[in-house]
Amino acid sequence: METTIAGKQVKLNEQGYLTDLNEWSREVATALAAEEGVELGEEHWPVLEYLQNQHKQEVPLTIRKVGKSGIVDIKGFYALFPGGPLKKASRIAGIPKPASCI
Amino acid sequence: METQELEQNAIKVEPAKVKKMMLILSKATIDNVYACFILANGARMEGIEAEIFFTFFGLEAVQKKKIEHLHVATVGNPAMHIPTLLGGLPGMESFATNMMKKEMEKLDIPPVGEFIEILEASGAKLWACKLAMDMFHLKREDLVDEIADVITVGDFYEKASGENTHLLFI
Repeated sequence: METTIAGKQVKLNEQGYLTDLNEWSREVATALAAEEGVELGEEHWPVLEYLQNQHKQEVPLTIRKVGKSGIVDIKGFYALFPGGPLKKASRIAGIPKPASCI
Repeated sequence: METQELEQNAIKVEPAKVKKMMLILSKATIDNVYACFILANGARMEGIEAEIFFTFFGLEAVQKKKIEHLHVATVGNPAMHIPTLLGGLPGMESFATNMMKKEMEKLDIPPVGEFIEILEASGAKLWACKLAMDMFHLKREDLVDEIADVITVGDFYEKASGENTHLLFI
């Protein structure tokens, strides 16, 4: 599905996740975050960057890994992206929805 | 014809989402403990509240001294696919448990102690059953720090109040 986010043409899947990380920008992230009820601040960017890097390296994401990343602990991760941190942060980071149960 | 009309007139109701999972863990075999923890953690990952009531043998999963010694049952467990007599040999439980733990580590499933830390950090609430504590002569200090309090069944039901709360006995 093609749509316009932050003045840019992007493709989203049916769950609202970007299908092409190249279409991601900070502006797109800010707009996606607003949809998720998250206002992005300085602390969010390093987490999003970490998730993108893990995705590029094809590492499956889990809450445990994020907690051990040294960038944010689990409590902090839940506080930054309340109500489903891994799902929300992945969507804002422009990467696919994680298929993880842990 | 009538059905069509009915369908047209029906008001679309959004399915109500699960808001809170109240899990009761009454067993200490490692597969049951993990089932409970993964359900609680999975709920938190979806933005669903999660609370666990540790009762009876479930208390073993939150006792400092027992936490690293939980086993899978090799006797009376048809899913093990080994003869019952073999399952009863000394060391079999440890062997099967170690095999299982290795497989879980590959999937990034944390050990029980670390899992409890993760649950607490994710905002899940952990409670210990008062009656079971009395029965096993346990004190608060025998339990891990992540246990929020020792409560009664009544207290637990009170915490379950609210719409779209689900209770699950494991």
